[in-house]
Amino acid sequence: MTDPQMVMYEEEFNQIQAIVERLVRESNARVVFIIDKNGQLIAAAGETEQLDATSLASLTAGNVAATGGMAKLLRESEFTTQFHEGERQNIHIQLVGNRVILVVIFDNKTSLGLVRLRVKKASEELNRIFEALLAKVRDGAETPFAEITDDDIDNLFND
Amino acid sequence: MSFINYLSREINCKIVYYGPGLCGKTTNLQYIYNKTNPEAKGKMISLATETERTLFFDFLPLALGEIRGFKTRFHLYTVPGQVFYDASRKLILKGVDGVVFVADSQIARTEANIESMENLRTNLAEQGYSLDKLPYVVQYNKRDMPHVAPVEELRALLNPAGVPDFEAVATQGEGVFETLKAVAKLVLTELKRGTK
Repeated sequence: MTDPQMVMYEEEFNQIQAIVERLVRESNARVVFIIDKNGQLIAAAGETEQLDATSLASLTAGNVAATGGMAKLLRESEFTTQFHEGERQNIHIQLVGNRVILVVIFDNKTSLGLVRLRVKKASEELNRIFEALLAKVRDGAETPFAEITDDDIDNLFND
Repeated sequence: MSFINYLSREINCKIVYYGPGLCGKTTNLQYIYNKTNPEAKGKMISLATETERTLFFDFLPLALGEIRGFKTRFHLYTVPGQVFYDASRKLILKGVDGVVFVADSQIARTEANIESMENLRTNLAEQGYSLDKLPYVVQYNKRDMPHVAPVEELRALLNPAGVPDFEAVATQGEGVFETLKAVAKLVLTELKRGTK
């Protein structure tokens, strides 16, 4: 496999969640998400109950992958920032450490300038946390799947 | 690349349906979507052209149940089958945990099947994967069509390694869940083995 397994533990999750919640407050955003490049939702804060987070995560990852493909064709390493402007809402997408994606959805209660500023600070902090997390995973932290049996897997399909 | 979340006690895996244009990848996902309980699935997303050809991907999140207190969630993706969408196909293979190769059983599509299988191998290799090391299954779809190749012939061409394979009529759901279960099982078994 090309990348280490993505694993999330309580300690790191709490650190990430705190940053995400602070970013919602400080940038006056509606919603902030963190997703991995494969489209898995890692953390969310703000008005999340009105959104289909799973679908948004998958589409954002597809979008970032497509943009990465364009970058490669232009011999750029990545386009790390994307901004989509709508009539009432906007989406700011930031690649963090080339591993996870920070998504901020905001309306006219704030400005792109403020969002950018807050995203920059949050990205640096998030990058440090994910670096440490990946190092921990590489060092061979245990996973629940070491203990499962073939019967456990069979039972999942016995209905 | 699977994602294990200790906090929400979830394990997420990515399965990609691959195959030549019009072989029935999207139809597989649509059938699964229609036959799954609402609480076990999310919204199905199709990024398609106006003529309903897949442009980028279809996406269907699915919950399969619990193993040792961990919810297993599978994200099913299809690739666009048409030859000229190769750049998009490569992107969708990123982070894949398991592959379903959907073959079109019609004799007229033999070349397209072989070409797509070779394309799968090439694109996986570019991402640093090898099909021989990845959980994958083969589905011989469209068995109800008038001019289909015998399964033995398709098997010899597309499945020399002898991975689990299934006959299917995806429009009627025949073989669809058998295929999904087989690949999900291989993915979970690989996860178990991967932990060493």
